[in-house]
Amino acid sequence: MNRVLITGNLAAAWGARLADIDYCPAFPITPQTEIIETLAAWIDKGEMPGRLVTLESEHAMVTAAGAAAATGVRVFSATSSQGLLYALEMLYTVAGWRAPFVLVNVSRGLSAPITLEPDHNDILAARDSGFLQIHCATCQEVLDSVLMAYRLGEDPAVRLPVLVNLDGFYLSFTREPVAIPDPAVVREFLPPFDPGTIRFRASAPESQAVAVLSGGPYSYFRYEMHLAARNGLAAYDRIAAELEARFGRAWPAVEAYRCEDAELLFVMMGSFATKAKAAVDSLRAAGWRIGLLRPRLLRPFPEAAFRRWMAGKRGAAVIDQNISLGSGGVLYTEVTAAIHGQPAMPLLTSFIGGLGGRDIPPEEFFEMARIARDAAERGQAPPPRLLYTADELRETRKLQVLAKVERARLSGGEQP
Amino acid sequence: MYRIRFHGRGGQGMKTAGRILGTAFFREGYEVQDAPRYGAERRGAPIFAFVRADKNPILERGIIRRPDLAVVADDTLAPVPAAGVLAGVDAHTLMLINTHEAAETWRQRLALPGRVLVLPASAEVEDRAALPQVGAACAGAAARLVGVIGRDALERAIRQELGHLGEAVLADNLAVALHAFDLMADEAGSLTERPPQIADAWQPPDWIEIPFEGADISAPAIHGALTSELMQTGLWRTLRPVIDRDRCNRCWWVCSTFCPDSAIRVDGEGNPHIDYDHCKGCLVCLAQCPPHAIRAVPEHSEQGGGA
Ligand code: SF4
Ligand code: SF4
Repeated sequence: MNRVLITGNLAAAWGARLADIDYCPAFPITPQTEIIETLAAWIDKGEMPGRLVTLESEHAMVTAAGAAAATGVRVFSATSSQGLLYALEMLYTVAGWRAPFVLVNVSRGLSAPITLEPDHNDILAARDSGFLQIHCATCQEVLDSVLMAYRLGEDPAVRLPVLVNLDGFYLSFTREPVAIPDPAVVREFLPPFDPGTIRFRASAPESQAVAVLSGGPYSYFRYEMHLAARNGLAAYDRIAAELEARFGRAWPAVEAYRCEDAELLFVMMGSFATKAKAAVDSLRAAGWRIGLLRPRLLRPFPEAAFRRWMAGKRGAAVIDQNISLGSGGVLYTEVTAAIHGQPAMPLLTSFIGGLGGRDIPPEEFFEMARIARDAAERGQAPPPRLLYTADELRETRKLQVLAKVERARLSGGEQP
Repeated sequence: MYRIRFHGRGGQGMKTAGRILGTAFFREGYEVQDAPRYGAERRGAPIFAFVRADKNPILERGIIRRPDLAVVADDTLAPVPAAGVLAGVDAHTLMLINTHEAAETWRQRLALPGRVLVLPASAEVEDRAALPQVGAACAGAAARLVGVIGRDALERAIRQELGHLGEAVLADNLAVALHAFDLMADEAGSLTERPPQIADAWQPPDWIEIPFEGADISAPAIHGALTSELMQTGLWRTLRPVIDRDRCNRCWWVCSTFCPDSAIRVDGEGNPHIDYDHCKGCLVCLAQCPPHAIRAVPEHSEQGGGA
């Protein structure tokens, strides 16, 4: 196994290459572009087989991906942020076709205003689409997760497309050591796609259509997708165990870092969760019994793993790098629903931070741990908190002053 | 863990410097994380790159708040607040500045609490955004200061990162980087790691509740005109376009029309005037002027020194 320093984008491209993809419809967007540039260069130089076609939009790109998958070939694509949202209609549609493929999303906050930096509102907008979702925290995980995603989506009990998420900048443009597995070993883990009943051949034309249905049959088909997604839980565990046996790397549906004897937990997803791990180490060095729970699998949601890991803990700080406007953190809601009504569950406190790539320094993790511990002692959770300092508001005020019209209002003076 | 930041301008090879140092660490058996940091800026704008290296897997991410070593490739950046060169620099931080001036001058000018070393700047060049091999020089010097990277690992790292640019470019970069590596011989190992952070006491974050404000204030819309006037993009300039009045035939429109930032105003007599607060130094005007009446002067010499 060859261990190299590569970016998360390169790791995603390696995943596609090792998965022996047949087809990649593409459309560029920051910070995803390096993925398709890399695949294009490899295909161009003959280093990997396959076809890469640039489409006129992400909407067309996902349509092409779904259509190609419906012919039984192995399909890969990648997008980010506004691009994922532009394709949203087709995400729901192609998931309903029950033809598996893998779509990588490089997380980036949504407009308006515009940012290039990451948060998870883009990927969470696709939460209910029927795509399964795997969230990565390291570049190695990106490569391995692309391979796992094919296994998962192509499993006969699942047959749904899968989204693999990595954070812009923090993974996409960051190099880390990544072990690139031997293609022969990958082939054993991920054999060529057996499309089963998915078939469409040039020599044997047939049509595939979707009907307009009333509630009865409609409910049946949608619920079948739900059941298929739920089957993803067992399938995922099996695939993760097999990957661990072959590659020696464990990617459980929920990663538990120093949780065994913990009284308190951080709960987080994505690359910022490794910062939470660093905070766990610093807090443990000061005598705290604390750990981190990180869901890799968000759809299907692994409630059972959460219940198992959370039973007997006193408190947990759930840190959301997203905000459901008018409600709050999405992960907080998901975890709350998962443990509600179960015995011996910890008190949850909700934090929102890292929007638009806003950093979360160690001291903020320490403070969140303190708040979660105090809340657990009192038996009462404080209101959700946005991680935001007085300094940051001062910086924002400067921008508002620049916008001139606001300058007059904020200073109480007349408009210029 | 080693935490190193490289500061320079877009085009000066800071990403490459980070990658060379990262690869050299990796070759010496370290776990590494390296990344450039930039937004929507362009050539000449301040950017930085960072490298973390440790014997254990690296859990930290994103910007390095408190560097062990801050390398400044372009000394005109040191005093620019937006460049963030001084962010988190404390008594532990070693500063390496590529400059013609003395270390002590910089230490006093910037009131630096820690040690300052100088990487002697190469002879003056036309375009500071293209300082020859400055990225490689910074990486070479940093590798020696760390003390755990051998000359051989550095050389291999440069071959790995720059090999695709061809033998000539590679040879130039190798020469410059290894020279910088050798120059720092007396300071080998003067860069030290901070002890791991223990959360026994910490300064609580100054969190606030954001107040509700009406959409007239809190919508992210810019209604005021000319707001870009307040943004001094002239600070990005590494080369200054200067109009030679004798050569200018007062065509009245070419340079002022092509300037992408409308930084050239033509007066009633047809004379062009450059607004140096906003001219970014892209030199489009220089390329377009029919009688070649615009020349480029290094901003550095215009400013008469570092500050
Ligand atoms: S260099 Fe010339 S074209 Fe470019 S911004 Fe300055 S004045 Fe305008
Ligand atoms: S383009 Fe040249 S000749 Fe024309 S106004 Fe500008 S400087 Fe003068």
